Amino acid sequence: MDALTDIADESSVAALSKIRADFPLIAGNEQVYLDNAATTQKPQAVIDALSNYYARDNANVHRAAHKLAGRATESYENSRESLRRFINAESREQIIFTAGTTESINLVAQSWGQTNLQSGDEIIITLLEHHSNIVPWQLLAQRTGATLLACNVTPEGEIDLADYHAKLSTRTKLVSVGHVSNALGTINPVAEMISAAHDKGAVVLVDGAQSVGHMAVDVQALDADFYAFSGHKMFGPTGIGVLYGKLELLNAMPPWQGGGEMIETVTIEHTTFNSLPYKFEAGTPNIADAIGLGAAVQYIESIDRSMVQQYEDNLLRLATSAIAQLPGVRVIGTSAHKSGVLSFVVDGAHPGDIGTLLDQQDVAVRVGHHCAMPLMQHLELPGTVRASFSLYNNTDDLDRFVAALTKALSFL
Amino acid sequence: MSANITPIEQIEDDLSFFDDWEDRYRYLIDLGKALPPMPETDKTDANIVHGCTSQVWLTVRSNPGQNTVDLLMDSDALIVRGLLALVLAAYANRSPVDIVEFDINALFERLDLLSHLSMTRGNGLRAMVQRVQILASEFTPH
Repeated sequence: MDALTDIADESSVAALSKIRADFPLIAGNEQVYLDNAATTQKPQAVIDALSNYYARDNANVHRAAHKLAGRATESYENSRESLRRFINAESREQIIFTAGTTESINLVAQSWGQTNLQSGDEIIITLLEHHSNIVPWQLLAQRTGATLLACNVTPEGEIDLADYHAKLSTRTKLVSVGHVSNALGTINPVAEMISAAHDKGAVVLVDGAQSVGHMAVDVQALDADFYAFSGHKMFGPTGIGVLYGKLELLNAMPPWQGGGEMIETVTIEHTTFNSLPYKFEAGTPNIADAIGLGAAVQYIESIDRSMVQQYEDNLLRLATSAIAQLPGVRVIGTSAHKSGVLSFVVDGAHPGDIGTLLDQQDVAVRVGHHCAMPLMQHLELPGTVRASFSLYNNTDDLDRFVAALTKALSFL
Repeated sequence: MSANITPIEQIEDDLSFFDDWEDRYRYLIDLGKALPPMPETDKTDANIVHGCTSQVWLTVRSNPGQNTVDLLMDSDALIVRGLLALVLAAYANRSPVDIVEFDINALFERLDLLSHLSMTRGNGLRAMVQRVQILASEFTPH
């Protein structure tokens, strides 16, 4: 671990080594896991929270008149409070549990979008977006007659802000943009984009799937109208995520799914709806995974985030300069503002072949279009190889990745 | 079917001889390099099988007067091309009925390459094999 001292100060090295030991799949595995943008591994604290819930506290929440249900409800609602604190939302009513980022975006498209958009209105996204932040808006545009516009991306992989400002107008009703690009790692200037959109009276949704696992997010400082993210990319379980929304927007939105939990009174003719956040949580919620996500928040809060962010930035910089020296390697996405992701292509070699040859050497990366086909079409690439880092990766991982890539290139 | 294709028994023998992954994959890559490219005119949207990481093209044509089909396959990725060469060798000189009944999973399992076939959407190979079987079944006597 000596090399760690090159990119982290002495006092941080011990903390970083401890972090690695917190993740059983990382600590006990020979594989180099560099597919963190797809999903992160889970610390023991999250695994324990899930296991303890099922072993000790399992009951349905909110309704039953027994102690067990009381404990389950308390844990579930405590988790909501942890998530409120995590993104600095004003109130816990603004934290709606969903299945993940995709469902959060679809909720807004179905409920807010269907109510607020009509023919002639415009939705602005960017060419950097993940399919989850494209397709729901495409479907909404088809249903309402609104127009979907995509902002251009510069050769460095940044949103072309001049194009964004040119596209923004009083016709713009919604801007939906990723905080961090899953394909290239670019950190987008969302605060600036939100402020410009607000000047035109538009509402802004930020897709935070790739940001929450790497940086502190403050929805009030950003002034985001909606913020969507997934638990499994921030060390929590799969199948759980959050939609944050401004109170006045959420209160005005109709429910999008009907069922138990989301009602106040029901007659055969008419239903009155529960208050926030339950209005948007129809049916028995994903109690265990919500509690697991709360444990992930507490885990993140227990570490020195600024130290970790600095460390991750150093790791990414080191990896970038190491592979840039290899023959034929071209890094895709060269913004000065990046987080966690190193995307690249190799002249004359298909990304799929590189992925297979890395896998043979127990280095796990992602290859392909990364669910961002419009971006790949724009860059005229069949796809890229994507190595994505998290706080438990270290310089040994980096060395093995570079050695494995060097060997892979010798095959092709 | 091309006459100069390496017989599948030969490929199985060769692959079983190697004891490390490097030799096996160099061999697969060589098979991929040796696979004749499909004519560009056949690389149409109708003949493509999309994968997340690579594409596969496939044509299946009946062989008039003979109880065999002509198969052409190609991919933009080299290792997938090697795997396609292997599939082509396995299907070579077989009747449509034999192709439908041939247990390709067992072959890939014997060669320790099953993970390539099992990737549901990854490289397009699984969907390609399914499409070969569907198209071949259209040429089988009913």
